[in-house]
Amino acid sequence: MAEVKAPEPPASSAPEPGKRKGSLLEQLWNGQIWTSIFRHGMPDTPRNRTLAIMSNVFLHLHPPKIRRSGIRMKYTWCMGGLTFFLFLVETLTGVLLMFYYRPTAEFAYADIVSLREDIPLGIMREIHRWGAHAMVITVWLHMMRVFLTGSYKPPREFNWNVGVILLVLTLLLSFTGYLLPWDQLAMWAVTVGTNMARATPVVGHEGPGASLLKLGDISLVHAGSDVRYALLGGRFVAPAALLRFYVLHCVAFPLAAATLMAVHFWRVRKDGGVSGPM
Amino acid sequence: MELPKFYTDLVNAVVSRAAVFVILSSVGLVLAMKYYRVLTKPKVAGPIGLGAAFLLFISFFDPQFKTVATLPDNVPIIMMVASVTFFVWVAFRQMALNDERLEKGLPPKEAEAGEVQKTFVWPDLVYIEFICLILFTVFLTVWSIALKAPLEQPANPAKTPNPSKAPWYFLGLQEMLVYFDPWIAGVLLPTMIITGLMMLPYIDKNPKGNGYYTFKERKFAISIFMYGFVVAWVLLIFMGTFLRGPNWNFFGPYEPWDIHKLEPLTNVNLSEIIYLQVLGVGMPRNWFIREIWGILLVLGYFVAMPGLLARFVPMFREFYKQLGMIRYSVFIVHLLVMGGMLIKMLLRWTINLKYLVGIPEYFFNI
Ligand code: HEM
Repeated sequence: MAEVKAPEPPASSAPEPGKRKGSLLEQLWNGQIWTSIFRHGMPDTPRNRTLAIMSNVFLHLHPPKIRRSGIRMKYTWCMGGLTFFLFLVETLTGVLLMFYYRPTAEFAYADIVSLREDIPLGIMREIHRWGAHAMVITVWLHMMRVFLTGSYKPPREFNWNVGVILLVLTLLLSFTGYLLPWDQLAMWAVTVGTNMARATPVVGHEGPGASLLKLGDISLVHAGSDVRYALLGGRFVAPAALLRFYVLHCVAFPLAAATLMAVHFWRVRKDGGVSGPM
Repeated sequence: MELPKFYTDLVNAVVSRAAVFVILSSVGLVLAMKYYRVLTKPKVAGPIGLGAAFLLFISFFDPQFKTVATLPDNVPIIMMVASVTFFVWVAFRQMALNDERLEKGLPPKEAEAGEVQKTFVWPDLVYIEFICLILFTVFLTVWSIALKAPLEQPANPAKTPNPSKAPWYFLGLQEMLVYFDPWIAGVLLPTMIITGLMMLPYIDKNPKGNGYYTFKERKFAISIFMYGFVVAWVLLIFMGTFLRGPNWNFFGPYEPWDIHKLEPLTNVNLSEIIYLQVLGVGMPRNWFIREIWGILLVLGYFVAMPGLLARFVPMFREFYKQLGMIRYSVFIVHLLVMGGMLIKMLLRWTINLKYLVGIPEYFFNI
């Protein structure tokens, strides 16, 4: 199936000489502009349907043909697809939000207020927030579906693992974003969440083993040098933490997630497409 | 309109403690998995679903429940519980049907001739994706217009809210803080959830049930997963949201959150039970002698138990043979930690046990 050659020119739907030109749609489809973009005729023949998928950089995430059980809604619930869709929604709305939001203690809260009050299309923040919650839910449901259909079994073990990292990244994205409104809800939820890091064995200052790391009388792991400090850039959830979370949320984690998603989708195909009984 | 008092009192009385909630939902899950074939029939599942929806609906007439449930950030939790329930049904319904077919010697539905046949992605899949995308966009837009994103007072380090809750997806872990120190609840458990998920494909050697829905052929794996996901994760989130109030006290679903509610805190360590209550000799000075019993117990659980299981329990003997020493150990430790969570919770509820091993000298408490 990988051997289809690039079509030059689109064969099947070019009007034969002497025949009538066909409907407006067909004319458009065969015009120069259209054919310069889509290098295939109307996707109504097996050949063109294959090309519709193969010659499009986005659609070619899919194989041209796929077993019927794999496209059933009741099999995949479309959950992986929805998760990906939500990631795209979050990227788009996130970029819009970045135009208005400044990650400093001085401006953050006020910028969030003005997002609601002053800015046209005032539901970007809502879409971004509810989309994030929805993505957490869909990613769990997707994992459950993959588990319950046994799709992590050979040959898909590795892709399951890519998925697990994506799951963690999804939660981290959501968690880092939670701080950005810089209100009571944000600050304290993140305080509760990051307090745990204090107790990390050995590298958290209240974790087991931390007191063993000493140079003479000087303890190496204390509130000003442990993992929580590294995470927050300080001893408390303070402006330094806001900046760190912002950078992680807007740059580091999305890039990591996007990269892994590319791997994930690629592997779905390489592992034989959506799973089915052998 | 208000809910009848006998109903709210009854529910509050039944769901009066975390113990009851967790045990009831565990029993519920076990029963549901035992009778999955009957329960998933549309004729049975339909009324159950409607009944649950009705209960949810009338709950909104209770001022307390309504206050919590309509907090903007809690709306997704109701959606989550509803959608997890729905999709568990979707999956188990297909399992029930497939299992019946397998018993008759037929292949699973996904292996039928029509299903194995390949079909064109354009248009068959592309339009399904497209419709999902449109519907979900509409859903998200309506949700966003209807419900404003929350924004509270500006961040104020001097004013701690009560209760202080983590973001909702971490509430299960926050619940574990009741029973374990932060290094277990906040670091060890999440790490082991991740490593547990990652090693899963290398531990589950059952070749059956790959690429189709079946329960019969992989009962053990599915039961463990359902327990971990549905009870220990989803239901604990539900509990953390709706039943945990000020000071992290437990409240019935219709019980007003009283800041002054007092729960007696009389938790004791195992060492105290042994030296003070049983032996009556007073606490030893040396921490090692003090904690030796707990240490032995925990070591016994994690070191001796795997061996005993592998030797005497046929299912685990089989696992050991299939997996070999290393993988078996990794697997069993994860399984025992999961079981240990439940054991520690039970010990807390029954004998108010605080720590099995308590060495505050080194921040090491189990
Ligand atoms: C950001 C998160 C994720 C995205 C966007 C994503 C997307 C997808 C998509 C689009 C598919 C194709 C089939 C389907 O829709 O079900 C898929 C398949 C798969 N996903 Fe994910 N996924 C994500 C997270 C996960 C997680 C958390 C896991 C597991 C822990 C996972 C494991 C898998 C596996 C094993 C497959 C192959 C399933 C099969 O062949 O039936 N993915 N994923």
